[in-house]
Amino acid sequence: MLYIDSISKGIVIDHITPGLGFRIFEYLKLDKSDFTVALIINAPSKKEGRKDVLKIENNIDLDLRVLGVIDPTVTVNIIRDEKIVEKIKISPPESVEDVMKCKNPRCVTSTEKGVIQKFSLLDKEELSYKCDYCDNIYNWEV
Amino acid sequence: MRHLIDSMDLSLEELEELFVLTRDIIENENKYRDVCKNKLMGTLFYEPSTRTRFSFEAAMLKLGGQIIGFSEVGSSSVSKGESIPDTIRTVGCYADLIVMRHPKEGAPKYASFKSEVPIINAGDGGHQHPTQTLTDLLTIREIKGKIEDQTIGLCGDLKFGRTVHSLIKSISRYKGIKFVLISPPELKIPQYIRKEVLIKNNIPFVEVETIEESIDSLDILYMTRVQKERFFNEADYLRLKDTYILDKAKLESAKQDLAILHPLPRVNEISPEVDDDPRAAYFKQAKYGMYIRMALIIKMMEAI
Repeated sequence: MLYIDSISKGIVIDHITPGLGFRIFEYLKLDKSDFTVALIINAPSKKEGRKDVLKIENNIDLDLRVLGVIDPTVTVNIIRDEKIVEKIKISPPESVEDVMKCKNPRCVTSTEKGVIQKFSLLDKEELSYKCDYCDNIYNWEV
Repeated sequence: MRHLIDSMDLSLEELEELFVLTRDIIENENKYRDVCKNKLMGTLFYEPSTRTRFSFEAAMLKLGGQIIGFSEVGSSSVSKGESIPDTIRTVGCYADLIVMRHPKEGAPKYASFKSEVPIINAGDGGHQHPTQTLTDLLTIREIKGKIEDQTIGLCGDLKFGRTVHSLIKSISRYKGIKFVLISPPELKIPQYIRKEVLIKNNIPFVEVETIEESIDSLDILYMTRVQKERFFNEADYLRLKDTYILDKAKLESAKQDLAILHPLPRVNEISPEVDDDPRAAYFKQAKYGMYIRMALIIKMMEAI
């Protein structure tokens, strides 16, 4: 069994769908962080069987909206003095920038350099987003 | 500053103002011949065009204004790899208004983020063509006396047909509109039009595969060309290009007051024998295109 210490202050992103932990790690740019981060892959879970978990020490000012697009089933716990002081419910953001890429080869974003990829939420239940430029519809897959 | 990027950018009230102004321009053209004097319009056509470019240019010239621009990218710095924002910012230094056609979807919208002068989308790939919609709505209003309460058959390439997408979005706001969508399965309307416009707003529509099974119910038949330039695979284009050919025989069961529209250019989808039928309105439609663009330029330049 692998043990990772609990953190006294920071964020724990729990119940990440197995396989998506590394994606979230990348999107939050945690590889460039100067604080301690633990990415746990395929941890045993009573609820789901397996899960990924991210423990981020000290930093509680991350922009977590992107989680709503990548994996809205996660739970985010804010830790202070080794206790969970807040549970954040993640919901899909109304708009996202530079998270997804439009796959429409006819879209201006496919050829023009420097265009910020922008998407707007179309349907909360289906987690569908629409490219702000060409209107193509995508589901949460990033 | 206003741009015209999407056919929904103009409210129904603004559309009505444009139609009223257009009617006055048609009846009193001389009154408007100098309203854009000393104004310059940039026409940036990254993709070929006959009607749209000529009608915009004719409209500006008839209003006393002048034109700069290009009709193919080979004659501009775009061929050297210049970005859209750089081209737009440069032309914006000289022109008071920019009309832009581009093969990539969303290009005029992107340009509008970077522009200091109003941008008019003159067609972006298979996406939107809002000034063709102005033309289509005006034609329907002039011929039928109203835009409401029409059963509209849209036939041909509904997937890549940008005029179809813009028209469905805009005309769905009028009451009593029903659609008959006539296309092969491969060229059905895109999901965003089906879900966001038709289903979301409870607009009645049926999807069929032949003209014959629905032509008797139509008030307007809007024919479109299967566009070679939208296909990545030529074999698909060749297979689908002549799916629909409207001829005299097919029109036998149509209503006497049917209006046949087409954004043009046509290839084979309307037989030339239909041109003399009083129900053929597509050349009239091309003329209305110039007048409505005169009204649009006036409004966007705040020239009166």
